[in-house]
Amino acid sequence: MAKSNSEVRKRTPAPSRVGADEKSATGVLDEESTESSQPQAPAVDRQTVKAAQKSRIADLDRDTLINIYHQMLLVRRFEEKSAEIYSAGKIGGFCHLYIGQEAVAIGAISAIRKDDYVLASYREHAHALAKGMTADSLMAELYGKATGCSKGKGGSMHMFSKELNFLGGHAIVAGQIPLATGVAFASKYKGTDQVTLCFFGEAAVNQGAFHESLNMAQLWKLPCIYICENNQYGMGTSLQRAMSYQDISEKACAYEIASEFVDGMDVLAVREATMRAVERARKDYLPTLLEVRTYRFMGHSMSDPGNYRTRAEIEKYQERDPVKLFATSLKEEGVVSEEEFQKMDAEIRKQVEQAVKFAEESPLPAPEELYTDVYANPIEPGARN
Amino acid sequence: MAVITIREALNQALREEMLRDENIFLMGEEVAAYQGAYKVTKGLLDELGDKRVIDTPITELGFAGLGVGAAMVGLRPIIEFMTFNFSILATDQIINSAAKMLYMSGGQFNIPIVFRGPGGSAYQVSSQHSQALESWFAYFPGLKVVMPSTPADAKGLLKASIRDDDPVVFIEQERMYGFKGEVPDDPEFVIPLGVGEIKREGGDATIVARSLTVPIALKAAEALEKDGVSCEVIDPRTIRPLDIDLIVNSVKKTNRLVVVEESHPFCGVGSEISMQVTERAFDYLDAPVKRVSGVDVPMPYAKNLEDLAIPTVDRVVAAVREVSYL
Repeated sequence: MAKSNSEVRKRTPAPSRVGADEKSATGVLDEESTESSQPQAPAVDRQTVKAAQKSRIADLDRDTLINIYHQMLLVRRFEEKSAEIYSAGKIGGFCHLYIGQEAVAIGAISAIRKDDYVLASYREHAHALAKGMTADSLMAELYGKATGCSKGKGGSMHMFSKELNFLGGHAIVAGQIPLATGVAFASKYKGTDQVTLCFFGEAAVNQGAFHESLNMAQLWKLPCIYICENNQYGMGTSLQRAMSYQDISEKACAYEIASEFVDGMDVLAVREATMRAVERARKDYLPTLLEVRTYRFMGHSMSDPGNYRTRAEIEKYQERDPVKLFATSLKEEGVVSEEEFQKMDAEIRKQVEQAVKFAEESPLPAPEELYTDVYANPIEPGARN
Repeated sequence: MAVITIREALNQALREEMLRDENIFLMGEEVAAYQGAYKVTKGLLDELGDKRVIDTPITELGFAGLGVGAAMVGLRPIIEFMTFNFSILATDQIINSAAKMLYMSGGQFNIPIVFRGPGGSAYQVSSQHSQALESWFAYFPGLKVVMPSTPADAKGLLKASIRDDDPVVFIEQERMYGFKGEVPDDPEFVIPLGVGEIKREGGDATIVARSLTVPIALKAAEALEKDGVSCEVIDPRTIRPLDIDLIVNSVKKTNRLVVVEESHPFCGVGSEISMQVTERAFDYLDAPVKRVSGVDVPMPYAKNLEDLAIPTVDRVVAAVREVSYL
């Protein structure tokens, strides 16, 4: 179990962190990181992850498991389609895909309530879908259509749903971290038990906003769960080239925040770690930092040629493809049959095709929309004096 | 009507609004236990408690962003910068989050927040603690920018800013906290944003001033009156949205315009006013628009150099005489 804040020892970082010392609690850890304080890329074999995953499957009901898998596959197919339409020139701007990281958003968001809050970075299609936003409204946003979740004004990086408490897509690295801290502040101020999940990449950890936020969150005991999706590359710069001390979960010790290191290729490990953090947040208004080790199979964005990493490295991680891994575990445990998988995949593909159709047939924003939504209380010159 | 200082007027506005709406909280460095670095928040901790009046670490980007996040889910934060010099650290959250959230969310998330504190020149605190930043914030659609010059305006405009559903950058002036003036007692005394005021009527030349330069412009107008030049002094009070109609109508009457400001001249609010007047009243101008700005150097420490860097009554008088061909 993760240690509560009161058990975190000052100036002795290692014991506060679940993972390096208590591997079994949160899934599988990078073997090398237990020997060195500067962990390299995880070297966990597929069989080890599967064994851990299967032990968790036994604790969950079938509907939950199927729902989690369904969401992961929806994200995978949605992102594959996004890449396809981007390459075809049907959508513009930046498009940062989530393929390879599905277990993180889906696992974590499966551990919270509908009225809890989620904020994410510009790589947020998955988080929006997991929070219940429709593929139609996301695809229409990518197409810059009036029916998009942000009326075509936000695009890939700025998806929002007030109704579903999905508080965006934010495109300045680490910008969402102080915002999420404020959302958690508001929950405590109002006396609700809503928690906030804040997702960001490991490159955001080098920004001051990360450190300022963690300090305030623990100082004021705010129910915010900081989820660092460590995909090991900030655009084209590897973690090793960008961070002097690379054990991100240990950085929480500087703020006496509870933290865990989680295998981000195992959706159920992410879910379990998040559930522990949610309990701390809901019951005691305490923050948590989760470092979730993952990997993006695609480039940083669609325009990334990917020269900074080898094909062999990508293939090594693809062996632990989180969607395929979970599918295999579910099949081997007899939760879902091959036939059911095929049927689900066909339905999801249809749903994504339908989203494309919806987006393509939707109207463009009216030209007068250019000037709306700048102010909630606009002051027109004629209204004065 | 009571005669009070700008400091007291701001304090009253904060207190009255916070008593009216418990979703308002006040956060910043030294706002609570220390009673405010400039004592604007004096007594608020005792009266409203530490849940609502919150001392922060020195972490401007962090607490500005925290405020914006809290505003996304229904609170109405007032974020104090001890001085606006420190808001520079928080500009990512003010500009990229607060100003743009409503637009990029397609109208879903408005940000009812006030960022306030003193700006402009102080007394001999050199370059990093003496600067006017209003043109930065006024540049961005999504923000409203307010700069009061009297106790009544300070109170009425701060109350309006707190009640507004958009992010408002409310820039006070460190040298002006002790300035006194009459303020209405009515707790519902609110001055709408976007409405300027003619501080002195006149027919020969228009002087547009804001914040600290309003009393300077008024003194210049008094001196010029003795020479037979009647100046109209306009304080737009809100920089964005700008009450350009008020300025243009005055210029159509006087045919001459001088803009007085503490900020650097290049890309300043004065440049914008000058351009808009040129666009809308070119044919009415009898002389080129003249700016009296803070000089185009970082603020020096030495008293004699500092005095040279800030607009003075003499410089305003000279500018008005120049546009009047006197």
